[in-house]
Amino acid sequence: MRAYLLRHVQVLLASLGQLARAPGSTMMSVGVIGITLALPGLLYLLVANAERVSSEWHGGTHVSLFLHGTVDNDQAQKLAAHLAKRADVNRVRVVSSEQALSEFKELSGFGEALDALPANPLPSLLVVIPEPQYEQPETLEKMVLELQSLPAVELAQMDMQWVQRFHVILKLTRRALIVLSVLLALAVLLIVSNTIRLAIVNRRAEIEIIQLIGGTDRFIRRPFLYSGMLQGFLGGGVAIVLIALCLHLLRPPIQVLANLYGSGFRVTGLGVFESLTILAIGMGLGWLASRWSAGRHLSRMQPA
Amino acid sequence: MIRFSQVSKRYPNGYEALKRINFTLEREKMAFLVGHSGAGKSTLLKLITLVERSTHGQLVVNSKNLVKLPRRQIPYFRREVGVIFQDHKLLHDRTVFDNVALPLVVSGVGHRETGRRVRAALDKVGLLGKERLFPITLSGGEQQRVGIARAVVNRPPLLLADEPTGNLDAQLSDEIMDLFYQFNQYGVTVIIATHERRHIQRLNKPVLELKDGRLVNDGAPH
Ligand SMILES: Nc1ncnc2c1ncn2[C@@H]1O[C@H](COP(=O)(O)OP(=O)(O)OP(=O)(O)O)[C@@H](O)[C@H]1O
Ligand SMILES: [Mg+2]
Repeated sequence: MRAYLLRHVQVLLASLGQLARAPGSTMMSVGVIGITLALPGLLYLLVANAERVSSEWHGGTHVSLFLHGTVDNDQAQKLAAHLAKRADVNRVRVVSSEQALSEFKELSGFGEALDALPANPLPSLLVVIPEPQYEQPETLEKMVLELQSLPAVELAQMDMQWVQRFHVILKLTRRALIVLSVLLALAVLLIVSNTIRLAIVNRRAEIEIIQLIGGTDRFIRRPFLYSGMLQGFLGGGVAIVLIALCLHLLRPPIQVLANLYGSGFRVTGLGVFESLTILAIGMGLGWLASRWSAGRHLSRMQPA
Repeated sequence: MIRFSQVSKRYPNGYEALKRINFTLEREKMAFLVGHSGAGKSTLLKLITLVERSTHGQLVVNSKNLVKLPRRQIPYFRREVGVIFQDHKLLHDRTVFDNVALPLVVSGVGHRETGRRVRAALDKVGLLGKERLFPITLSGGEQQRVGIARAVVNRPPLLLADEPTGNLDAQLSDEIMDLFYQFNQYGVTVIIATHERRHIQRLNKPVLELKDGRLVNDGAPH
């Protein structure tokens, strides 16, 4: 067992030595892996930070009920009181047709033109504010359908406030992160497998000799696997440094922005766990790529 | 040790390099393999080390049926056969010691045991003082002896040499042949492919002769 470990350490050191002997191409591939891993890492941080921001806000979502013109203020008040008893409703605000008209006059600037109208054309409006736990789009949708079916209601309309749009965008970004990660992982696989392929071609004579004296594929593969894993590991390290650099540059302006909004928000960088994950992903991809590449090229290689 | 029964080898391009070869070489025997250039000597040795696969017939080496040996077993089989090449096939970025140690390293022999056996092998071929040198700094005869040390270091029961003295002068060439003779005296089965009739007369061993891919002399006493 000790001899076995010793041999692995020897191979590991030999692989390190080999990488060090070709510093140019090693640095190139490690750099490319680093950039490739840094991109999804940054996007991940963006999503994680944005999620933290959005969890600080809630509310702002409501359903507007436009009542039929025949419904008077009394009836509107009664309906409001009735709706307020629903489990999913927090409270209901009544905007009478008069209030609506004066608000509209103020906001639109059509004051005088509206004065000329013989009767108030605006219906009464109920603003239904849901309980926070019913703020998800699905439950709101259900509520809107139910409210729409009330006889007094002309139109029920959900106000997708920007908080909610923000959630949708976040969801999309999270999806994009997954797609992007898969694509970039593929890119890392291709990069590493190509450098391993070149290494194998360069050492073809040596590999053939080892095959001739009874070296197994496993034995021959081992240094290449280590080399691939090392490249992935170093690439992960480069990614961590790049991400830290980017955050260093972005942090001051984001802080200014947060202060403007009176938020105590602080940008978080990579934690220990996330950094270790990046290193592990780099190593795993390096191993996978070299395993694949070595398997493909060694099985074709036969001693002459 | 080696039994060829109706063995043929047709290369992928259609050329039939060996045609229905039959011969047997008993354990602990030594034989020369001769024939004109292109007769099929190297091909025959490659069949024994499974560098090439026979395309017809039965081939048994060291009690293993090579026709049925699966690919993943080939490395382990090769460890039972020491091979010496005309062009040495040494690793030029490793020392003499590391070159000779390679067969032990691939089969996972421990550190101390490796050192002991490598020095014993180098001692046998008379290169004990040169273990720290790189092959490139050695003469052709010395490089060939490094190759021999590597072939015998894990004490295989069978030794194959493909024109091991091709580029050497008569005296060096005799020394190398004498080494093989000694290994055979220790009980190793040996086949040497060669052009030089001189060795055959000198060492008086049976001869397998190929001509255009056919065995015209199977080495059996008449
Ligand atoms: N890989 C190959 N593909 C096709 N033909 C081959 C291949 N290797 C060898 N041959 C042919 O097989 C024949 C025997 O070759 P081989 O190398 O066994 O001869 P040899 O007896 O060792 O000759 P030499 O004394 O010149 O080394 C030759 O005609 C050669 O051209
Ligand atoms: Mg030949």
